Amino acid sequence: MTDPRQSPTETILASLPRRRRAEARFHFYGIAAIGIALGFLILLIGAIGHQGIGAFSQTEIALDVTLDESVLDPSGTRDPETLSTANYRAVVRAALGEIFPEAVRKRRDRRKLTALVSIGAGFELRELVLADPGLIGRTMRVWVPADDEVDMLFKGVTVRDSGRFTEKQLGWLDRLEAEGRIRSAFNWRFFSNGDSREPELAGILGAMSGSFFALVTCLALSFPLGVMAAIYLEEFAPRNRWTDLVEININNLAAVPSIVFGLLGLAVFLGFMGLARSAPLVGGMVLALMTLPTIIIVTRASLHAVPPSIREAAIGLGASRMQAMLHHTLPLATPGIMTGTIIGMARALGELAPLIMIGMVAFIVDVPQGLLDPASALPVQVYIWADSPERAFAEKTAAAIIVLLAFLVVMNLTAVILRRRFERRW
Amino acid sequence: MAEAVTAGESAPRSSLLAAPEGRRARQVLGERILLGLLAASSVVAILTTIGIALSLLFETLRFLDAVPLFDFLFGLNWSPQIAIREDQVGSSGAFGVVPLLVGTGLIAAVAMTVAGPLGLFSAIYLAEYASPRARSFAKPILEILAGIPTVVYGFFAVLVVAPFVRDSSEAAGFEVSSESALAAGVVMGVMIVPIVSSIADDVISAVPQSLREGAYGLGATKSETVRNIVLPAALPGIGGALLLGVSRAIGETMIVVMAAGLSAQLTVNPLQAVTTITVQMVTLLTGDQEFDSPKTLAAFALGLLLFIATLILNLIALMLVRRYQERYD
Amino acid sequence: MDMSPSTIRPKLTARGVNVFYGDAQALNQVDLDIRAHEVTALIGPSGCGKSTFLRCLNRMNDLIEICRVDGDIRLDGEDIYDPAVNLVYLRARIGMVFQKPNPFPKPIYDNVAYGPKIHGLARSRAEMDEIVASSLERAGLWDEVKDRLDAPATGLSGGQQQRLCIARAIAVRPEVILMDEPCSSLDPIATARIEALMDELRQNFTIVIVTHSMQQAARVSQRTAFFHLGDLVEVGDTDTVFTQPVDPRTESYISGRIG
Ligand SMILES: Nc1ncnc2c1ncn2[C@@H]1O[C@H](COP(=O)(O)OP(=O)(O)OP(=O)(O)O)[C@@H](O)[C@H]1O
Ligand SMILES: [Mg+2]
Repeated sequence: MTDPRQSPTETILASLPRRRRAEARFHFYGIAAIGIALGFLILLIGAIGHQGIGAFSQTEIALDVTLDESVLDPSGTRDPETLSTANYRAVVRAALGEIFPEAVRKRRDRRKLTALVSIGAGFELRELVLADPGLIGRTMRVWVPADDEVDMLFKGVTVRDSGRFTEKQLGWLDRLEAEGRIRSAFNWRFFSNGDSREPELAGILGAMSGSFFALVTCLALSFPLGVMAAIYLEEFAPRNRWTDLVEININNLAAVPSIVFGLLGLAVFLGFMGLARSAPLVGGMVLALMTLPTIIIVTRASLHAVPPSIREAAIGLGASRMQAMLHHTLPLATPGIMTGTIIGMARALGELAPLIMIGMVAFIVDVPQGLLDPASALPVQVYIWADSPERAFAEKTAAAIIVLLAFLVVMNLTAVILRRRFERRW
Repeated sequence: MAEAVTAGESAPRSSLLAAPEGRRARQVLGERILLGLLAASSVVAILTTIGIALSLLFETLRFLDAVPLFDFLFGLNWSPQIAIREDQVGSSGAFGVVPLLVGTGLIAAVAMTVAGPLGLFSAIYLAEYASPRARSFAKPILEILAGIPTVVYGFFAVLVVAPFVRDSSEAAGFEVSSESALAAGVVMGVMIVPIVSSIADDVISAVPQSLREGAYGLGATKSETVRNIVLPAALPGIGGALLLGVSRAIGETMIVVMAAGLSAQLTVNPLQAVTTITVQMVTLLTGDQEFDSPKTLAAFALGLLLFIATLILNLIALMLVRRYQERYD
Repeated sequence: MDMSPSTIRPKLTARGVNVFYGDAQALNQVDLDIRAHEVTALIGPSGCGKSTFLRCLNRMNDLIEICRVDGDIRLDGEDIYDPAVNLVYLRARIGMVFQKPNPFPKPIYDNVAYGPKIHGLARSRAEMDEIVASSLERAGLWDEVKDRLDAPATGLSGGQQQRLCIARAIAVRPEVILMDEPCSSLDPIATARIEALMDELRQNFTIVIVTHSMQQAARVSQRTAFFHLGDLVEVGDTDTVFTQPVDPRTESYISGRIG
């Protein structure tokens, strides 16, 4: 009997073009998926970069201020107390009056005119005088920050006829520009100031230092605890029901939504232990609980990657298990542990939800100096600014994100380099 | 064995049972203490879980004193703001969680519609198609996406995606609210892509080469092999990857807080604004609240729901992935 | 050493040793004496329990969770499975060299110095230098490495690494050295060096070696024990075992029919 079917060759040959197309399509889907991810990433970074780049410069106005002794220090004692409470705003107003004598006659005009300059101008003059009281009585040119609306106008974010400025104000600005009294300078205030209600004065130093204190707390708690727990589980714990449970629990804990850790912090650290709201200490503690499972998991993986023959060699020489671990396994696992820890810290740095739960979202002007000072954190600052109505805060938000991402890039690059440099293949 | 005469030259040694002395004894004691410390640290993770469970349970029970369980779980109306006076809480029925569940589910569904295909195809590409060079280019893209804080995604959703969704749907003649579930869901989906792809990549790579060779040996094309042999073999693990993605989606907070709405509407239209469990937790706890006001307590009740839901998803997912890995170890 | 077997007291005695990995029995009622200053070779087909038995002798099996040992093993008459035994001291007296060279990824010097260091055997740096040098010397490695003691041990060749592991083991001055197929990853020249070394080390140490090479067993050992499927089938003077085996299984293994 011969096979009743025809020779399969033709059928197969006929199917080939269709199958080749299917193959190409499938391959394309894969590339497209990666392409979409890449496109999204580029769009995200591009949009935020575009939005935020402006915040790194600031429009400034040149004023010829006369640091009039009769205004600032009528008694002439140069007492710092007097100097720091003096009316610098009046000095600024006077300097503006020098430029626009016609504008200061009417009270309304005067207000419109001073509105062009940030109220930060007065603070900056005060800093100048406090640093060098000898300046009093002198006249000098200083560059002071413009108001945020002016800043937006000169950056081209808003247009002239948006209704934010009167014709008169626009005229004054034109004259300032024509006289060379307007410039765009690097916005060092963004890095040296805390938060402020005035966008042109708002900076991220407070948020950075809050993040720093919180991360230090987080690291100080989660690193030793996590590494020690991992050592125990990987090197010493017997394998039984109980350790299985611990393992499952740790894996699960790593996938618990971060906001839930915030609730734990709220109930235990704030409610039960009565610690202060908004303190980086509490934030760091919550972040530590959140980071702990990650550190345990990477540490175990690194210890596990050290070949057992090393351990056996040490033990065969009469080292105790603890010595074998301390002298050999742990040092060999260190690069992996470091890498994992840095990545865990990077994640903690960007984490926001749990901080909101424990009330770390307050408006805080002062730069925190310690673990218990009220503080925000970089992502908190992003969130607060993103919620602020002033147009100028949009670019601050994006700029804060840029700074946050810059820190993350540095941390992750360090991790990558560590891994490349010390990775050992057995 | 007192008369033991050891052979050869070796000097009589002290007994094997010799208690350690001096330096050695101190060392043994030190090791004991250290071991105790190590064991104690491993308990912290357990304590954290117990702490979470207990604090959520405890506050939830107090919440349920004010709001009946039935009203909470099956109520169709969520508007905690009207519960100004405490005696009003129970009767007002303002703590019905159904709209939040629907909203959470809707956004998670949108997110998984994005993350599922993108994540799986990325994983298939990385594991089966990409050359080592393409891999070393593609993998970092996904890792960077995974490393971006969610607050950044949230801002991006508000800045770019939401206006885009609004404009394009309006151009197509749809009615869109400014804070649509779609915008938040899409961005959340992109955030979840790396989670799905990295686990799926591992899982697919773990399928034994012999299975693939079997298919190639019959003349199957690569895509046929992947679709008919590799994916079915990897199915449990891929299921686990998707479940972990879902768990991430329902627990994600910042993207929805910034890009999804606050109004608790009962709708499955992704162009409408919906709210989620996490959004309401944040809303309930922002502003100065008394620690035991019903609003604060409600946040814990929502937290408990969220914890239980993600716990179940995670356990199933981890079990699937682990079971799968053991099969091919 | 020219002592007749009857006057030699066994260094190690094993009586009724059973070993289980979980439910699977790997050794069945093994009785074996290891005599001092002799090389005892353990031979047998793969999986018959040679390594398992070897690892019982310094309780390396304690590291394997599922492993259970019963029976009686004594070192100089003392029960090494007594719960009160000081494992550190036991393993300092019974050293081990493993099948695959496993130097610590540290400098050569540190590898050899590690054992003496943890046991506090050197009172000064000079004394430690002395121990390291003499151990490397006895392991036949000194001339090759004396100029690069600070170089990482992992940079040595396989044969050098294995000799380093031997130097590392003898630096602790154990009484017994257990070697599990120490030459399996080495070329003939390196193997010959290590065999010569064993013969020399026998002056001061008691050696137990697992080997798959019948020739090696015949060359280096004074006594040979043949294992088969977890049973100790036959033990005796190497010459006798190889020329007039008592058990048919031994005979067929030696003549290459099983294994
Ligand atoms: N760690 C372990 N877990 C479970 N079973 C084991 C373990 N180590 C050894 N066995 C089992 O015990 C038996 C004896 O193994 P052993 O390693 O002692 O054999 P061997 O004689 O040394 O073999 P080879 O010559 O191949 O090294 C084998 O059946 C092996 O499968
Ligand atoms: Mg073996």
